[in-house]
Amino acid sequence: MKVAVLSGKGGTGKTLVSVNLASVAKESLYIDCDVEEPNGHLFFKPKNYASESIAVKIPISDEKLCSGCRKCVEFCKFNALAFIINKLIVFENVCHSCGGCILLCPEHAFREKDKPIGQVQYGVSENVTVMTGVLNPGELSGVPIIKKLLQDIVNGPELIMIDCPPGSACIVMESIKDADYCILVAEPTLFGVHNLNLVYELVKLFKKPHGVILNKCVEGENPAEKFCIEKDIKVIGQIPFDSALGTLNSNAQISVRENKKYHDLFSSILQVVTQEGSHETVTNP
Amino acid sequence: MKVAIPVDDKSMSTSVSQSFGRTPYYLIYDTDSKESVFLDNSAIASQGGAGIKAAQTIVDSNINAIITPQCGENAAEVLKTANIKLYKTINFSVQDNICALNDGKLPVLEDIHPGFHGHGGN
Repeated sequence: MKVAVLSGKGGTGKTLVSVNLASVAKESLYIDCDVEEPNGHLFFKPKNYASESIAVKIPISDEKLCSGCRKCVEFCKFNALAFIINKLIVFENVCHSCGGCILLCPEHAFREKDKPIGQVQYGVSENVTVMTGVLNPGELSGVPIIKKLLQDIVNGPELIMIDCPPGSACIVMESIKDADYCILVAEPTLFGVHNLNLVYELVKLFKKPHGVILNKCVEGENPAEKFCIEKDIKVIGQIPFDSALGTLNSNAQISVRENKKYHDLFSSILQVVTQEGSHETVTNP
Repeated sequence: MKVAIPVDDKSMSTSVSQSFGRTPYYLIYDTDSKESVFLDNSAIASQGGAGIKAAQTIVDSNINAIITPQCGENAAEVLKTANIKLYKTINFSVQDNICALNDGKLPVLEDIHPGFHGHGGN
């Protein structure tokens, strides 16, 4: 079962939830899709480390073949091409590697070159296989890295935890596309509700079964919980605002491996996730 | 010499627009004939690369110089490749900037910003 963990903004506890759920399972695969700032590996400190470079295709125009018809310039919806003083300029950082210009060129003036944009790292931490996507600083989109991370996991272990990037943009859509269940992590504030609503709208659009984990819970009213009741979203777990958990986490320790209370808490959450995710119908349409 | 200024409206009383790539219009001023025309900026609705597309339009309109409060690096690369001069506005008044240009008092735009790329700006 593939379980994606999302939140509308950073710092709500996606990595806390994904790392601990992956660790509490008998055997699992943890995939860090937060390629702009992957941090799951800081907790797992994976061994048997290996890595693979990821590249995208960038068009190069042959000046001698280019007739200056500008069909490619007009076609490019990303405006990655300009034709200045009889010469085509390709803006590599704007190009989305769609290949349209190459297909369209009547003179076949384009060829492609590989442009490295990051890497995928592999390792093992006890019962967890760890995969980490890393996007090089300054690159426009981590989507090709996420595609690579998620394409080879057909024969993975029973539980696959996908730690998503924050927000609800393309890169998150790519991360949850094949997920069987989505966990939305929410903070107990009005701001938290706004961010929760962003990812809630997204998983509804993708018709994914989903549930909410309320993180940093304190005594008193929880606007995020109220939102879940109003929208009839299942709350699958509550994590207290606890200094012991905060200390473990800020020391890059995995709570379920250090603390029985949190081992039990995440075990029970995983049980709910497993039940919810194995339903064939959409539980929260 | 033909000069382009990003502006908010199609009138001579309009003010200079904050953005080069996503301005709604350009005022094209001819320093020889003293005539002005307005040019629509089709790049304003672009998802990305607005500066590149806008700069291409400027190049295709045979403009010799730009007067703008700021300019992103991609647009600047296009403009510089086409040997278009970049001047920095002194305020938001179109007239003041044209006068300053005629008097040779406009500073050259040197601080090219890295672009906003969908992250707001201004």
